Amino acid sequence: MDRSVASETPAKAAPPDRAETSNADLGIPAAWNRAALVLGLLIAVALPFVVKNFMIFQLTTVMIYAIAILGLNLLTGFNGQFSLGHSTFVAIGAYTTAILMEFAGVPFYWTVPAAGMVCFAFGFLFGFPALRLESIYLALATFALAVATPQILKSTPLAPWTGGVQGMVILKPEAPFGLPLNADQWMYFVTLGIGLALAVAAVNLINSRSGRAMKAIRDNPIAARAMGINISLYKTTAFGVSALYAGIAGSLSAVVVQFVAPDSFTFVLAIGLFVGLVIGGVGSIPGAIFGGLFLVFVPNIAEEVSKGLAGAVYGVILILVIYLMPSGAAGLVRLAALKVAAWRR
Amino acid sequence: MELFLHQVLAGLATGGIYACMALAIVMIYQAIHHLNLAQGEMAMFSTFIAWQLIEWGLPYWIAFFLTIAISFVAGIVIERTVFKPLHGAPVLAHIVIFIALFAILNSAAGFIWEFTIKTFPTPFGSRSLLGDGLISAHHAGMIGVTLVVLVLLFLFFRHTRIGLAMRAAAVNPESARLVGVRVGWMIALGWGMAAAIGAVAGMLIAPVVFLEPNMMLSILLYGFAGAVVGGLTSPGGAVVGGFTVGVIENLAGTFIPYVGQELKLTIALALIVVVLMFKPTGLFGTRLVTRV
Repeated sequence: MDRSVASETPAKAAPPDRAETSNADLGIPAAWNRAALVLGLLIAVALPFVVKNFMIFQLTTVMIYAIAILGLNLLTGFNGQFSLGHSTFVAIGAYTTAILMEFAGVPFYWTVPAAGMVCFAFGFLFGFPALRLESIYLALATFALAVATPQILKSTPLAPWTGGVQGMVILKPEAPFGLPLNADQWMYFVTLGIGLALAVAAVNLINSRSGRAMKAIRDNPIAARAMGINISLYKTTAFGVSALYAGIAGSLSAVVVQFVAPDSFTFVLAIGLFVGLVIGGVGSIPGAIFGGLFLVFVPNIAEEVSKGLAGAVYGVILILVIYLMPSGAAGLVRLAALKVAAWRR
Repeated sequence: MELFLHQVLAGLATGGIYACMALAIVMIYQAIHHLNLAQGEMAMFSTFIAWQLIEWGLPYWIAFFLTIAISFVAGIVIERTVFKPLHGAPVLAHIVIFIALFAILNSAAGFIWEFTIKTFPTPFGSRSLLGDGLISAHHAGMIGVTLVVLVLLFLFFRHTRIGLAMRAAAVNPESARLVGVRVGWMIALGWGMAAAIGAVAGMLIAPVVFLEPNMMLSILLYGFAGAVVGGLTSPGGAVVGGFTVGVIENLAGTFIPYVGQELKLTIALALIVVVLMFKPTGLFGTRLVTRV
């Protein structure tokens, strides 16, 4: 297993890197990237004024998933560590927000960084046993973590704080300063703002010295160590940062849904995030948004195709997507853009 | 002390279930070097097929072996149709396909046979054999069948040409291909065998936990724990690991407050993490040496 992963990971990660370096000469023109970014932002800002409230809620959920997927991507796509257990960190983030708001009366906005820090600490600590685990073993340990999480949240010693099986109800904040926005629209913009800030942070992290160290560890841990990179430190920190993203996503989701309960954070969520990561594109920052869209809308589509067989339809769509877009949605878009750019030249 | 012994016996009885599952998991790991997340659902689906055959009036043992044959063929078909085109794809893509299979099988079983709980017959009877009902005839039969399967597997891998070819294909596909082993078909065969063993496990487990589409989830996790404790490269280790997990689960449930009853799955988690921390290859596994 170790051998096959070591040989596959670089192969999987190579295309985006190669595209990055060749952007200048025969890749996608830089102006296109900028245009796509501006266009995406304009659409994102305009959308909540044209669609219905429920749609705004769904789009907010898309962004929340995207934030969590982004965090998972930092861990899996850029550091080569598996996780099938990120629902745990989403849960810790959500409960941190809920408990702070309920028992300490802290305003929502202050609980977001708190949730992030708490999750960073948990992720950093979980990173230590993770150091000993390679690829599939790590996937397994994190999967067990995801399955165990709802049981831990429901357990008697924690029940006074977590509300046990019933969970906790939270109030959604209204738009401040008399802004002409309803609560759904306001949360949409809060999520958009936090998501953009986290995406910029992720891009800067990836392009920094630390980011290069993370990628070096992913591509060849032994060579990375030989170059003087502190593998333990970077791996545990990557786990912490990844958990921080998931925790912030959890904190936002708690407020958007106005409710936290143990059964919102089952292994189904963990597997969903993983699916979103692969569908969006491993090792691609914009891919996270495609992953979020898939997670929110494809189950609905499956449900519409057939009520009884929704799970089967979802599975078939999943298989087809893997066949048709082996490098994820982001990879497909990049490929299409490259084709068009080459054809114009 | 008597309580302790009773709990150990009860643990061995449930451990038999996990050992069955762990054995199926290790089998497929041997063939494809991936942990199959859909393994439990495959076993569940096979068990439903057996249930349907018995409903149609077939005698138990005919249904039993017919189900094994159907599962074997189905395992090969799944490999040939779904996984062969993805040969060489990254591990992540494989895991997503496992998840897709999981969703498809679970949803299809619920659609065809509904989510109501069904009873499944046992060929061994449910008389009490030992310790006042702690180990019933069915539990003993289950453990017996698991051991028989284990011995058969051992003989197959040790003493047949095709078993040797399968091991070669798993350990070093390139070299195996060079000496004339048809690696692709060996992988398909591994899938077929894993599906067949899963079917045996499912049919033995169903009388204890009852038959329904979600019956396998926690068992799969304990099976994983058993496989990891024993070592993913060792079928014998997986069986020992399965029994160990059963016993530890029961003892913790009796002697540690809170933890045992409410946090059963957390015990599996703790066991996986602790064993992997101190012995990353499991108790009986062999270490793969990698080259830079």
